[in-house]
Amino acid sequence: MTVKYHWLILCAILGASGCSSLGVKPWERYELARDDMLMDSDPVDLALDEHIYFSKEASSGGQGFAGGGCGCN
Amino acid sequence: MQLGKKKIAGLLSAATCSLLANPVQAEEHDWDIDSAVLYYSEDDDRVDAFEPVISGKKDLGDEESLSFKLVLDNLTGASATGAVPSTQVKTSTRPSGNGTYTVDPNDTPLDDTFKDTRVAFGMTWEKPIDRNNRRTLGFNVSGEYDFASASANALWAHDTNQKNTTYTAGINVEYDYIDPVGGAPEGLTSMDAQDKNDTDDRTIVDLLFGITQVIDKTSLFQVNLSLSESSGYLTDPYKLVSIVDNTTGEPVDQLFENRPDSRSRQSLFGKYKKMFANKDIFTASYRYMTDDWGIDSSTFDFTYRFKFNKGYFIQPHLRWYTQTEADFYTYFLREDERVPGDASADYRLGDMDATTYGFKFGREFNDRHVWSVRLERYEQSGDSSPSEAFGQLDQQDLYPDIKATIVQLSYSFQW
Repeated sequence: MTVKYHWLILCAILGASGCSSLGVKPWERYELARDDMLMDSDPVDLALDEHIYFSKEASSGGQGFAGGGCGCN
Repeated sequence: MQLGKKKIAGLLSAATCSLLANPVQAEEHDWDIDSAVLYYSEDDDRVDAFEPVISGKKDLGDEESLSFKLVLDNLTGASATGAVPSTQVKTSTRPSGNGTYTVDPNDTPLDDTFKDTRVAFGMTWEKPIDRNNRRTLGFNVSGEYDFASASANALWAHDTNQKNTTYTAGINVEYDYIDPVGGAPEGLTSMDAQDKNDTDDRTIVDLLFGITQVIDKTSLFQVNLSLSESSGYLTDPYKLVSIVDNTTGEPVDQLFENRPDSRSRQSLFGKYKKMFANKDIFTASYRYMTDDWGIDSSTFDFTYRFKFNKGYFIQPHLRWYTQTEADFYTYFLREDERVPGDASADYRLGDMDATTYGFKFGREFNDRHVWSVRLERYEQSGDSSPSEAFGQLDQQDLYPDIKATIVQLSYSFQW
């Protein structure tokens, strides 16, 4: 279990590094500013899906705080 | 290309004149509203859910906003209890203790009183702290006939690298109150003993650390690390584990399940989004989760939004999920076996794979109102003939597939 935990931390650190060379200038963000290019462009779909999968599987979350507990038996 | 000073001045004058001559007719809208109705229906008369939801976001100016979400969730149908099928007609007391139900030979025992209405409400307040920092505060409450939940969260986001990199960190604290019909049973006691407490509760603390990174003009990715600690009553009060005869495999007793009173989960989530020259959008995500119950899972999710004339779009979706079973998951317990400290036959804790496939079709209008229809199938399967089966259990389906249809109608508009 400890090994898995370290693996997660390592991946997160690797993900955090090497980002500074990526990106665009402020005037190049036209497409990125579109609603459908937001990371959470369909928050309602995401919340409904989270609720379905939370009640059918043993995993949940990862994308934020979906909100609202559930008895879900 | 070199532009002369006169030419630049001319272009600027023309641009200024055109702006003055054509003032932007932007309408003032107070609210962005998202509404949807979800219908989820499992085959074979299992669970049906009807779920309307409405959410709104009010722009308070200067990038400050207030959001709310209201969800109603109506559930009906039958849910697997965890008990094994038998070759004989079985009449059992419902897990709640209210009345009995009869299971035909070789049928999966289902609790047919599965009926609940859930109401959930949440609010979020997002406000910039300064040019590169903003914070979000929120709360959620939900209530069901036998369950209530309240949670509060705080999220901080920091932009750097010309806003190409955003770091986020957040915490969510949830308190759940469980008041099962008939009381919360003592774990791994016989249903016949009906040894029950009144109510129980649990707390869940989630931490989230994330990075969102712009790659180029048309693509970006996100990586989140989530840590979750649950403690308290994590057992499902309506789930059972069968005790089976050592030789025949026939169920001779039913125990209430029992799970550990704590759970630590860690998950790593990554998402990539890309817009192509024709404005189509590809999204891919992956989540790895591991916990101290012995469950490891992987979730792959892909969508591709094809865009057509007049704002029409179609978006195929494919999701694949796999998980390993919890250490204390068991299909049944043998009569000659010592009852362990924790045991559950809840299919959601077993080895399983699940696939979701379908599409969303809709239309976006210039004034940002959008309607869409989503149609998907969800199919879940596990090992229905495990090696530990014996006697009559050899001929039973010990992990019935779940197949469900998901239909969602959505409408978003500004108001």
